Amino acid sequence: MIGLKGARRRRLPFQIYRWTALSVFSVLLAFPFVWMAITSFKQTSDLYNLNNNPFLFNERPTLEHLKLLFEETLFPRWFLNTAFAGAMVVLITLLLAVPAAYALARLTGRWGERLGIAIFLTYLIPPTLLFIPMSRVVSELGLQDSLWSIIVVYPTFTVPFSIWLLMAFFKSIPRELEDAAMVDGLTRFQAFVKLVIPISFSGILTVVIFTFTLVTQEFVYALTFISSASNQTIGVGVPIYLVRGDVYYWGSLMAACLIASLPIAVFYNLFLDRFIAGFTVGAVK
Amino acid sequence: MGVKRGAGRLGAAMFAPALLYIVALVGVPLVLAFLYSVGDVKVGSVGYRFVGLDNFISVLQSPTFRGALLHSFLFTVGAQLIVIICANILALALVDRFRGRGLVRFFILLPWVAPISLGAIGWKWILDSIYSVINWALVQLHLVKQFEAPMWLGEPTLAMLSVIMVHAWRMLPFSTVILLAGLTAIPKDIPEAAAVDGAGFWRTHFQITIPMMTPIINVAVLFGVIFTFTDMTVVYILTRGGPYNTTQVLPSLAFFTGILGGDLAEGAAISVFLVPILVVIAWLMLRLAHRAEVV
Repeated sequence: MIGLKGARRRRLPFQIYRWTALSVFSVLLAFPFVWMAITSFKQTSDLYNLNNNPFLFNERPTLEHLKLLFEETLFPRWFLNTAFAGAMVVLITLLLAVPAAYALARLTGRWGERLGIAIFLTYLIPPTLLFIPMSRVVSELGLQDSLWSIIVVYPTFTVPFSIWLLMAFFKSIPRELEDAAMVDGLTRFQAFVKLVIPISFSGILTVVIFTFTLVTQEFVYALTFISSASNQTIGVGVPIYLVRGDVYYWGSLMAACLIASLPIAVFYNLFLDRFIAGFTVGAVK
Repeated sequence: MGVKRGAGRLGAAMFAPALLYIVALVGVPLVLAFLYSVGDVKVGSVGYRFVGLDNFISVLQSPTFRGALLHSFLFTVGAQLIVIICANILALALVDRFRGRGLVRFFILLPWVAPISLGAIGWKWILDSIYSVINWALVQLHLVKQFEAPMWLGEPTLAMLSVIMVHAWRMLPFSTVILLAGLTAIPKDIPEAAAVDGAGFWRTHFQITIPMMTPIINVAVLFGVIFTFTDMTVVYILTRGGPYNTTQVLPSLAFFTGILGGDLAEGAAISVFLVPILVVIAWLMLRLAHRAEVV
């Protein structure tokens, strides 16, 4: 049967359709990143000469923009800020979401399902509905203009989605595993710590990657709570604070975008299928 | 019984920290958002005075707000229409295994997996008023003259079109991957049976496969609508809502009014206009999930 279908699919019209669609969309979707790469290595005089073909290096390629970016801007600082905030948010998310997901998957019975759905619905509440009162909450906590403001606030969207992902993961582990351990004298909690967590490593890793990438992608809260350039993350620092006055330093700006985007994209890409599974629960079996 | 009750207590203890956190940092701000929208609150003001629907009446009378409401719908419907059509085309092209699929998939996913604020800055350079590479190409093709090239972000209609296209660019990979999951999950024997009965590939695709994918297409559209209707990143970076508020959407207007303008109450009132749409979407999602369980 599969052979028949395969044979059908490999017919010429489908091949033409497939490769036309893929080439057109790959170019459209990846073009801005290619453009960042070309811009990053071009001399400024080349960039701003309207008679030059912008796809070619009309003058020698240069590392000037990269040097500027790393030596004279806050870019390295933003990188560290993002990494630190990311690590802290991952830690908080794991501490809150792993036990909660296990409780919902195993221990709270009939209520588990309902609470699970309620948790998922909180994921749908967007930052743009909460950011105004949240700015008050942040200043009440004395965290305005501090990196800690986003560390405290970001778990509001990473925790619900992580609970949702992990709940499905824990449900797929056979109950007999803990039952056997409890017969052997472990308490339920010990069985959770010593058995369930180690074999859930890949599910937890998904949550780690997912949480970290969300921290790097968030824009609205960081823009709202943090007002000095040196406390910013990459996602706001580059588009807002790398622009001085009205002057856009396109060379270093594009280099910054490219350098920050690629590693995040590579990691996220590796774990994307599991992340998507969190959205399609229920609609795909 | 004893074991069960013990498990219940442990469950409560393990769930409590997450619940407390969510109540404190999602529940409380959510309630505050509604309270602000019917109160008199400015940055630095102390105390709270209930003003009923005054803020809503005030924003509804503002042409800027009515514009933003209209733009929000245009932005969402426009971007999602483009996304769902293109995602169907792309998912079908990507569903089989073939050599180089991983690499193609990576290119196609880039707009979604890279931070959107950085992607949007890339587009700002591509759509630059003087050095736009698109305009360079148009001039080379003799479609426009050099000094009459379109101002992508400076002219109201083009600016709206640009923010819609850039947002569609960002959301397309997400919807594609969701549809791909649905396409892979369809039992192979059904389209095959149709093929054996003599239906051609395209006929099978449009009359059997796509109708079977309706639930997953719904999932993609519902999430797509939420992520588009409530987002302000693309608009903020590309146009700041300009020129003359012609690309202002509800979230960006709430930001300018409530955060930069310091009028927390009116900003909150603008944000609260997002709620009816969110409620409808949440309701549709629950219905979809419920139906999937029953079937």
